[in-house]
Amino acid sequence: MRVRRIGALAVAAVAAVAGLTACGSSGSGGDDKFVVGIKIDQPGLGQKQPDGSFKGFDVDVARYIAKELGYPDDKIEFKEAQSANRESFIQQGQVDIVIATYSITDDRKKKVGFAGPYLVTGQDILTRADDTTITGVESLKDKKVCGAQGSSSPKRLADKFGAEWKAQYLTEQQGYGACLPLLENKQVDAISTDATILAGFATQKAGKFRLVGQPFSEEKYGVGVKLEDKDTREKINKALEKMFQDGSWKKAVDANFGEFGKFFTTPPTVERY
Amino acid sequence: MEALIEEFPVIRDAFWLTIRLTLASGLAALILGTLLAAMRVSPLPILRGIGTVYVNAIRNIPLTLVIVFCGLGLGVVLNVSFSDSLSTNSMWLSIIGLSAYTAAFVCESIRAGINTVPMGQAEAARAIGLTFAQNLRLIVLPQAFRAVIAPLGSILIALTKNTTIAAAIGVGEASLTMKTLFEAHGDAVVPIFFGFALGFLVLTLPIGLLFGWLAKRMAVAR
Amino acid sequence: MTAAPAPGPAPAPVKNRHRPVATADRATVLYDAPGPRARARNAVYTVLTVLIVAFALYVMVAKLGEKNQLDADLWTPFLRADVWANLILPGLVNTLSAAVVAAVIAVPFGFVFGIARLSDHAWIRVPAGAVVEFFRAIPLLIMIFTVMFGASLLFGLTVTPFSAVVVGLVLYNGSVLAEIVRAGILSLPRGQSEAALAIGLRKGQVMRMVLLPQAVTAMMPAIVAQLVVLLKDTALGFIVAFEDLLNAGARVLPSNFSNIIPSVIVIAVIYIIINLAVGAVATWLERRSRRSRRTAATPVAPSEAAGGPGGGVPAGD
Repeated sequence: MRVRRIGALAVAAVAAVAGLTACGSSGSGGDDKFVVGIKIDQPGLGQKQPDGSFKGFDVDVARYIAKELGYPDDKIEFKEAQSANRESFIQQGQVDIVIATYSITDDRKKKVGFAGPYLVTGQDILTRADDTTITGVESLKDKKVCGAQGSSSPKRLADKFGAEWKAQYLTEQQGYGACLPLLENKQVDAISTDATILAGFATQKAGKFRLVGQPFSEEKYGVGVKLEDKDTREKINKALEKMFQDGSWKKAVDANFGEFGKFFTTPPTVERY
Repeated sequence: MEALIEEFPVIRDAFWLTIRLTLASGLAALILGTLLAAMRVSPLPILRGIGTVYVNAIRNIPLTLVIVFCGLGLGVVLNVSFSDSLSTNSMWLSIIGLSAYTAAFVCESIRAGINTVPMGQAEAARAIGLTFAQNLRLIVLPQAFRAVIAPLGSILIALTKNTTIAAAIGVGEASLTMKTLFEAHGDAVVPIFFGFALGFLVLTLPIGLLFGWLAKRMAVAR
Repeated sequence: MTAAPAPGPAPAPVKNRHRPVATADRATVLYDAPGPRARARNAVYTVLTVLIVAFALYVMVAKLGEKNQLDADLWTPFLRADVWANLILPGLVNTLSAAVVAAVIAVPFGFVFGIARLSDHAWIRVPAGAVVEFFRAIPLLIMIFTVMFGASLLFGLTVTPFSAVVVGLVLYNGSVLAEIVRAGILSLPRGQSEAALAIGLRKGQVMRMVLLPQAVTAMMPAIVAQLVVLLKDTALGFIVAFEDLLNAGARVLPSNFSNIIPSVIVIAVIYIIINLAVGAVATWLERRSRRSRRTAATPVAPSEAAGGPGGGVPAGD
């Protein structure tokens, strides 16, 4: 008896869960909404605020593009995109566009289409404001560095300086939020990743950190769309060019990167391919 | 297969780190766990209380969180530093987390062992005038340990597997190394996975056999 | 030494009015009821312990303060309703939904494989045993990494962290549950199945109508204990960037308030509360099943069934 009851319960639960997941994955939430995949834990770029709204440079770019495509602010729906699921979000049509610190690479161009770039950055170094010994990537060879697991930045340094350096001087944490207190308390001397990400974190504690400003790689942030949707891609490119020209781009940089805005003065050139 | 052979030195180093993590945390957890068990059966209510709170808190926190906290909290707030080398340092921080976590389970296991010692033993010990500490040290614990050899073996096996969680603070033990190898050898995912799975079997099976044999050999004849 | 009503001499009567009777019988076997001198000594030790603990707490708090970790603006976010509603609770919901989905799949998985291991046919029994033993033996994190990164490299599939965590949890906890189910059925007296066969029931009927109903009652506490383990194991998702409760505490909150240490502490407290609640359910079930007279089985100890003492040391977390 009891088994049958429990069995029925299990079946009901499975059905409920199946129903839930079905709801959760049902496309871009209606056709009249413009769904944007965005990062939620990158201050300065895409960050979820305590009031549930989103803030950051990526968010401002998304709003501008949406406006140009004919969607007012209240028709935009932001959806959390993670580095690992950006391609599948676009391919499965769960979002209309992805603006989530999404670097344009040849590998990714095979899976999704890119408009932009809307921002060019590079791997840079963040250090304590009073530490003047770090001037560029070469000074890291005897400095303790924190990086984020799964990011390509620490790997680039490890390849450059070798395995012994990696064991002695590199620690890989779960995200840059964990690196900041280590830097502040002198457990490490530097954090290294995209200048934009560093600027975003550093603006939270104004005056405590210094961005070296000597990028040693190039990352071009693009807007991801469906591979075959050349039409939308071109519309976004036009929107971006307009944004670069009418001063909105500069305004967004200053609003989100504060004192570090000086490192992103000129808008990039859109690359059509 | 070629990937496994080519990367053998890397894999061997990773498992060697796993072994060191297991041994160091296992030893520390055994000592701390025994201490906790003694606290939990001691005559002082306050010691019993501390032991109980510790065990119940730790057993209800995910190990990932314990290790993240050791990595950040101890390092940043208390300036705990073991070595100039960052990788050695995070290894020791993760050992603290692993031992603090495992000790709670060791404690509960030893307490169960104390319960298996017949009352007459402790009563006789008291009758000849032994104090609590002598009673525990000379009479009860030696018998309790012999009764819980097999469960302690299970804990050691679980600890071996749990060392993978040190990956959370970037300790390059077996699981993190496997992840890195996946990225470097995208065409050899299956052999790499089974290679590492086999590695863990090779580590845990002998522990099970050894402790099973020990448990039988050391069993208290009653 | 034990609370269990063991045959043999009853524990010495206690005259200590400060101690509740329940713990007294265990306590007095290891040490005499304290006389005046022992009581004085114990009082001194108690004061010493309090002092040591107070000093340790003081040092910790002072260090936290020294590093500005006690600054109000690091802690006040936890008093704001919007922080909870928009940043913490979504993580908690993800943790719970991963746990529920994994549990709902792992329990049937456990029953199927647990019963399959008891099959009379070797071709069912042996593969089922191999699956169960394999997934119990390898670390859960290895499984999650393989599902997450292996599947995309192998088949070009993009696996979300959620699916990777759920698949890993199902395979590991399902295998542990299979062992609990097997132990539960084996714990029934042989007479049960012999009698059932004797009245002409077929093997399937014996399992379904006689053995399982009794075994389920016996193993309920062990199953719930394993589900606590499963719930805790969802935190492993943090390592593959699953947006769970730990992620809220260690990534999302610090990105807003730079307060990683305070928020990890708060998150730990939330985990303790949830797990204690589930643990309370386990205790309630155990008491209920002990009362129940509908089973011939002795309750399956979570300790033995889950592969470690005291609820088992989970492989994952």
